[in-house]
Amino acid sequence: MSTVDEPTKTISDFEATLNKADTAVATFEKDDKTLTHVLRAQLRKNPTLIPALVLLVSIIAFSIVAPRFFGMGALSTVLKQTTVTGFIALAQTLVILTAGIDLSVGAILVISSLIMGNLAVISGLPVFLAVLIGFGFGGLMGFVNGVLVAKIKLPPFIVTLGTLSIFNALKLWYSQSESIRNADIEANASGLLWFGQGFNFSGASLSYGGITLILLAAALWYVLNHTAWGRHVHAIGDDPDAAMLSGINVDRTLISVYTVAGLICGFAAWIAIGRVGSVSPIAFDTVNLGSITAVVIGGTSLFGGRGSIIGSVLGAFIVGVFNTGLSLAGVDDYWQMFAAGCLVIVAVALDQWLRRASQ
Amino acid sequence: MTVKPILEARGLMKRYGTVVAMNGADFDLMPGEICAVIGDNGAGKSTLIKALSGAVTPDHGEILLDGQPVHFRSPDDARAMGIETVYQNLAMSPALSIADNMFLGREWRKPGIMGSVFRQMDRPRMEAFARQKLSELGLMTIQDISQAVETLSGGQRQGVAVARAAAFGSKVVILDEPTAALGVKESRRVLELIRDVRARGIPIILISHNMPHVFEVADRIHIHRLGRRLCVIRPQDYSMSDAVAFMTGAKLPEGVTEAA
Repeated sequence: MSTVDEPTKTISDFEATLNKADTAVATFEKDDKTLTHVLRAQLRKNPTLIPALVLLVSIIAFSIVAPRFFGMGALSTVLKQTTVTGFIALAQTLVILTAGIDLSVGAILVISSLIMGNLAVISGLPVFLAVLIGFGFGGLMGFVNGVLVAKIKLPPFIVTLGTLSIFNALKLWYSQSESIRNADIEANASGLLWFGQGFNFSGASLSYGGITLILLAAALWYVLNHTAWGRHVHAIGDDPDAAMLSGINVDRTLISVYTVAGLICGFAAWIAIGRVGSVSPIAFDTVNLGSITAVVIGGTSLFGGRGSIIGSVLGAFIVGVFNTGLSLAGVDDYWQMFAAGCLVIVAVALDQWLRRASQ
Repeated sequence: MTVKPILEARGLMKRYGTVVAMNGADFDLMPGEICAVIGDNGAGKSTLIKALSGAVTPDHGEILLDGQPVHFRSPDDARAMGIETVYQNLAMSPALSIADNMFLGREWRKPGIMGSVFRQMDRPRMEAFARQKLSELGLMTIQDISQAVETLSGGQRQGVAVARAAAFGSKVVILDEPTAALGVKESRRVLELIRDVRARGIPIILISHNMPHVFEVADRIHIHRLGRRLCVIRPQDYSMSDAVAFMTGAKLPEGVTEAA
């Protein structure tokens, strides 16, 4: 490139001395080498480092407080307890990465499980068909959210607040507020309970649901980091206008994100039936906020564009470890909620700090 | 003997309600030149540029690329025809890496089953291409092609955006206020970059309010006024104050009568 220009005809006087100035404008200076800078840079590059560390520290801390906690038995219990929240957190991560939020995930899960239960147990459909239909309805409900967000351009919070209420009403209407008992499921459609089963592995009892959670998380990690769709999801959350000008079909990507989130919730319904053993219209009423808590603790920014699937799984585990650990330590239940609240606030404060560092 | 314009617009009209943004605007871009577009605020130059880059569809008039009429319904259409635009806000995603940003919306996939079934991006190939394009423009002082764009300075981001446009813009590169947000030194660097892009044979449309920059790099200056082309001048023939006088209406160039 032409570093030194021939003094051009109209070069302004005030710039004349620039020829003598340092021409290395576009070099990339190294960050300051202070400890906080290095730390921030590392954390920004590997945002999952924080939840991983927090998980490790909390496991060690609870093992000291409650010796029964440390061991495969208790840890596999944590995995079992966080399975459903973990699935919903995966769906929530996708939506939050686009700078949205989905408050209807819990309701989608419950409706899908009611459809599966009703069709398989009461109508006597084959289990795989009942599951497929419930799964499809999960996707449909997500699709409705996506269309409202992308095409009608309503804020995701408002859309999903509305559909949360609508889906809640539909689930009570559809189920007539009646649960399906475990005994009926076992007698008529035991396939619905498959994900609750598992095997023992050196003192840990692993359920198929828990293993599936890990597999799905791995698959989503791959999709988000190694496919164009995943990059587009991040870009839309980062700056939707820039994404549009870069040639990304923002509307279609948003609809696909909400639809995939709905599908994951529909699939989680099957897992949830196996986990609980019955189907109830009033189950999983805290899973909405639980999933957001897990995502935020996992380091995904509510402002979109940055975060990770692995972090959300770790976030769900952290909440599970705190709940199990605190109850094994003999602490009253309400302190579990207290702890989860503190974790959320600390996590968001950390996210803000990292953002400031990036400017 | 006459050189045909590579990109031309004839009689573009665009109305927003009662506001006439373009009133029969013409435009010509010759091969291998830098054509600056200047005009007062509200003269309709950004609507003209948006029409050329596909962001706005004119109500009337036609756009010809290489002499062939083209109809852009979206920036994607224009991009597919080889017209790349660097927007003033740069249209980059701060959290993504330099390479990811350069390929945003046109990612390359791995060959074979990994690409077709698993839709895996070909990161090594994309990063090598991005690195090559940046070093061609002398920007390879960037150490790490996978660093996030938000860690770059304003001038560096502009450099990456120009490199992206130059890498994919086979026909025309449009730069909207590339130096507006930059300091003196960084502006100089970007102006050099613009010359380098022209040296590679790609014609450039430069929109700028900065008269010294326009007069320094432009081969021809298109002056836009009241929704249409007032005149095209060569920077050697006129002074900056003449240009400002033309675009504000204080003075008329010879041979032009302002038909209001």
